[in-house]
Amino acid sequence: MATRKETPSTPTAPMASTSPGATLDSPVKQIQIEGLVVLKMIKHYQEEGQGSEVVQGVLLGLVVEDRLEITNCFPFPQHTEDDADFDEVQYQMEMMRSLRHVNIDHLHVGWYQSTYYGSFVSRALLDSQFSYQHAIEESVVLIYDPIKTAQGSLSLKAYRLTPKLMEICKEKDFSAEGLKKALIGFEHMFEEVPIVIENSHLINVLMWELEEKCTVADKHELLNLSSSNHLEKSLQLLMDRVDDMSQDIVKYNTYSRNLSKQQQQKHQYIQRRQQENAQRQTRGETPLPEEDVSKMFKPPQPPPRMDTLLIAGQINNYCQNVKEFTSQNLGKLFMAEALQGHNS
Amino acid sequence: MVAVRPLGIDSEASSDPLQIKLYELPAAAQMSVYGPVVKIHPVVLASIGDSYERRNEGASRVIGTLLGTIDKHSVEVTNCFSVPHNESEDEVAVDMEFAKNMYDLHKRVSPSEVIVGWYATGFEITEHSVLIHEYYSREATNPIHLTMDTALQSGKMNIRAYVSAQMGVPGKTVGVMFTPLSVKYKYYDTERIGVDLLQRTRDAPNTTNGLTSDLCQVGGAAGRVQDMLATVLTYIEDVLSGKQMADNSVGRYLMDLVNKVPKITAEDFETMLNSNINDLLMVTYLSNLTQAQIALNEKIVVL
Repeated sequence: MATRKETPSTPTAPMASTSPGATLDSPVKQIQIEGLVVLKMIKHYQEEGQGSEVVQGVLLGLVVEDRLEITNCFPFPQHTEDDADFDEVQYQMEMMRSLRHVNIDHLHVGWYQSTYYGSFVSRALLDSQFSYQHAIEESVVLIYDPIKTAQGSLSLKAYRLTPKLMEICKEKDFSAEGLKKALIGFEHMFEEVPIVIENSHLINVLMWELEEKCTVADKHELLNLSSSNHLEKSLQLLMDRVDDMSQDIVKYNTYSRNLSKQQQQKHQYIQRRQQENAQRQTRGETPLPEEDVSKMFKPPQPPPRMDTLLIAGQINNYCQNVKEFTSQNLGKLFMAEALQGHNS
Repeated sequence: MVAVRPLGIDSEASSDPLQIKLYELPAAAQMSVYGPVVKIHPVVLASIGDSYERRNEGASRVIGTLLGTIDKHSVEVTNCFSVPHNESEDEVAVDMEFAKNMYDLHKRVSPSEVIVGWYATGFEITEHSVLIHEYYSREATNPIHLTMDTALQSGKMNIRAYVSAQMGVPGKTVGVMFTPLSVKYKYYDTERIGVDLLQRTRDAPNTTNGLTSDLCQVGGAAGRVQDMLATVLTYIEDVLSGKQMADNSVGRYLMDLVNKVPKITAEDFETMLNSNINDLLMVTYLSNLTQAQIALNEKIVVL
């Protein structure tokens, strides 16, 4: 169930972001996270995941009615090359056993991952989440976006695979017909689950104390006006994905062209055969045997549709992020205008 | 930093009766600074609180190991884990095997963290603490002992750190004394934002809070700035109407604040603003276009 480190440059899954609160017919309608988990995730990324590396970890908690409560988490070490014989399963088992001794919920309910500018929709994520969800029905993957968080507000999203996608993954039928049958678009691959942050009363007391002891000056990064850096990077990633997409489209086009050409050839061959047979009959000879046409003209392999779906989803995700960002910035710019207008 | 309000005997008071003033130090003043400064991350405190809540039946306090990094003059505590232990009137048993195991596991994730000390919940330092402290001095040089009063005996959490020091007459009875250290809180930027969000939960009655999105956040931040400006304005009004004494340093800050709004000519500002808005609008248009494109592509393929 553990995941390997994945390169963020190959995300290939369509992202579905149904608005939270929309029809979610899954067993989990809401995620409740404790403040401790949030802090731990932030710390893990800050210390171990500089740059574009993803950090991953396991979420622990329990299921209460239709809510999934996440009460603790522990990080996963980076998968380094010189640690080839590192047994992830063993690490996980030991960790959970130890945590059980100190009465921490040891029920596996999902995993978390950090992301670089929102590029997390990939085959690896899909596979991991599928294996998690297959084993534990309510599991989720929490995506933590540290760069967006550093811009002013915590960016944490929870995703699950839709039941439709689960079916497809179960049958491992990723061909075009399979996907067409299930009517999966890139919006229907993942569903977002709303998150609520919850703190016990003791932690609330702690928060009050911290506030009193050390009033952290609000640095107001949220009101920062500069946008070009972030936009540039996002657009760069978007362009890469769109390139991938166009390559995929080209592949698909050549495939369909080949297919139609082959159909034509098949027809021509059959026609010629029939003509010959007719001629032979008029001449009184035995007709040539009907050969198996399909064996002669093997249809070309249809390109896998799964990758296209993933790319489309990732592009969708990027676009959503960009739009969010621009809307925020527009607001800020208008505020700055008001301030300046007042001044002059 | 330690503001001492002088309340001494006012011998210059003319006709007023003698006012007896006493020198008084605010309660927040930290005493002795022998030893390093301890910088704690909020995740450690939240962890301790959580393990206190999950303690076994009958246990009055929990202990655990502190992990972090040691500097020349400071110790930064970045992580911790709790260790099961049994404590009775005359003996204390700590599961050292467990502690070692956990430390190994943690080391795999963050190899730079070392054991810097241990923590205990509760208000006082008992004799058992001395024993446990001895054990930890074997693991780390000069371990820090952190106490956090989760039972809120004195109405506050009283987070303190101590270092042990030998005391007594050399050669005769030697004892151990715990000297307090100054405690500071350190946040990463992202941690601070996380803590900000968590702070908001303490105001909600059922202690839950959702994550806001987009413009709501900008609106919220703007609201906060507005509140701050309102406070400043009331202060200024008070000073102007004579209700409060003008403080020069505050006045200087206000000057800085007002001057921070850059003086740009109207046309320049217009062009800057417009070009920025154009950029943003173009990007929005492009992303909408892309989204429409992939949706179309999807539909065509399915045909």
